Amino acid sequence: MQITTPIFLLLLLVTRLCAAESYQSANEFLREVFASVPPSPQVLWLKGDVRKTSSAILGHPYPGLRVRYWEKESRTAWILDEIGKEKPITVGLVVGPTGIEILRVLEFRESRGWEVRYPFFTDQFAGASLNGDRLLDRHIDGISGATLSVRALQKLARLALYLHQQTRLTHDSPS
Amino acid sequence: MKIKLPALMMTALLFQAMPPFAVAESAPTVEQLWEIIQAQQAEIDALKKQQEETAQTAADAGDKAEAAVVAVEDSAHGSAGTGSWADRTSIGGYGELHYNNVSADDSSRDSKELDLHRFVLYFGHEFTDRLRFHSELELEHAFLEDECEFTVPEGGLAAGDEVECEDDRSPGEVELEQAYLEYDINDALTTRGGVFLLPVGILNETHEPTTFYGVERNDVESIIVPSTWWAGGAGLSGHHANGISWDFALHEGLAVPTMGDSAFRVSSGRQKTAEADASDLAYTGRLRYTGIPGLELAASVNYQTDASQHGGDGLGKGILYETHASYQNGPFALRALYARWNFDGSAIEAAHADKQDGWYIEPSYKVLANLGLYARYEDIDAARDQDQFDQWEIGANFWPHEDVVLKVDYRNREHDLASAAGGDFNAVDLGIGYQF
Repeated sequence: MQITTPIFLLLLLVTRLCAAESYQSANEFLREVFASVPPSPQVLWLKGDVRKTSSAILGHPYPGLRVRYWEKESRTAWILDEIGKEKPITVGLVVGPTGIEILRVLEFRESRGWEVRYPFFTDQFAGASLNGDRLLDRHIDGISGATLSVRALQKLARLALYLHQQTRLTHDSPS
Repeated sequence: MKIKLPALMMTALLFQAMPPFAVAESAPTVEQLWEIIQAQQAEIDALKKQQEETAQTAADAGDKAEAAVVAVEDSAHGSAGTGSWADRTSIGGYGELHYNNVSADDSSRDSKELDLHRFVLYFGHEFTDRLRFHSELELEHAFLEDECEFTVPEGGLAAGDEVECEDDRSPGEVELEQAYLEYDINDALTTRGGVFLLPVGILNETHEPTTFYGVERNDVESIIVPSTWWAGGAGLSGHHANGISWDFALHEGLAVPTMGDSAFRVSSGRQKTAEADASDLAYTGRLRYTGIPGLELAASVNYQTDASQHGGDGLGKGILYETHASYQNGPFALRALYARWNFDGSAIEAAHADKQDGWYIEPSYKVLANLGLYARYEDIDAARDQDQFDQWEIGANFWPHEDVVLKVDYRNREHDLASAAGGDFNAVDLGIGYQF
């Protein structure tokens, strides 16, 4: 048991040295992507085919009647949630004319799969767009042991790209 | 003249029907005009009031509609940070059904078996954003009966004697493989306490059937790394933006038997936190790198201060070294793992079981998004004669849904020792797996 004490002291030291890595809030995200001046939010109602297609992309109905988004100069920003294994992952996405510009995990609540919150993983989505089958036009390499979290982010990327397309077709009045 | 008379009458009638102003009339007085203006103003005021009431009614209807939408959306996914008990409680699970058709060199060992190998339920609850509970309750082999028929030997039973059930109809086990609290010290550092899976190997922490190839799990992570390997204790984990993570845990140790058919068999030493002997604790540490998407490199060390929990029985401390790599690039994937136990003790050395190791390599290729082929080679050298073998395996996984898998494989096992050669076999396995 003599080994226990030094190990705990070492762990205490590691804990003290381990810098906290905090998440970006939704407002901080919007201020960053819209140069400190985010536009007023708009809503896209999920009706008819838009609701059906959104459900098909997620694999389940979207848990809401509408989706809030922010638009400025042909770029739209979205704050979306999707469950990985047990808990929702909150993701901020910016879509422009050429596809996804930014995908950032704003909150990750699962026990495993934390890798998906870091740029070494999320950078794979930059520039991605939808093909004819509404799948991403590129392969996203997974994370071992984080299959469900990776899958959740892929779904949200596809959903944001699809909803962005819908905003090009019709705009709802400001909420 | 018959024609002019009606025209004259109509002209008279027309004059009578004309309004007064159409005929010569004097202009209204100021008083009359004032009355007209007041009457018109009253009418305007009434109309304005009616318009305002209509606008207010419309606004109220809009507010109610907005409130209804918000209520529906809140009921669908809960308000952030203030979710109900149900929002903060999660349920999931997985299961797998196996069919094994084994043809052994010694035909008396042939078998055809259908087994609901595992049915598992997860329950989790989030007390706060930082404090959570996780659990995993497993039923193995579908059927468990709390009865056992056995023959009492002549002279009766003494305290501590073990008996063997003669009725072998109840092979099942109920196991609580996880039940722990987890607390986020910050966004990069997490501590946990309770019963949890040890951070060793590829499968021990992630073993849902949809996530791996083969009907049966690989044997190295069953015999050398005794997956599923859980223990009661406390742990600390950290991860960093560069993809490096680490884990440390202090937990109950193994109680490896030193006598009998399972002598020095590691997996028989798992105490499963069931009135576990905590005389000699164990430590597990892992360093892991996942900073490149598709790549995982990891190494674990498990240190047993006394692998049998008893001094003077010929089995002392033990150290497990495990390392593995997992790489995925497009449809191609590769897994490889090596694990080795070093034990101290005169009895285990005399039994030539003080070094136990094994490795496997598993390339796979997805020919379609939902169809993958794989091959696996394993080489194991463990304590028992039947646990020293090498095995080839090929097969396929088909995912009709991302959370459902159908599996088929073929295995060929050859034992190292002549004493176990009768157990060499070829097997065809079929499996169904799911998670939710």
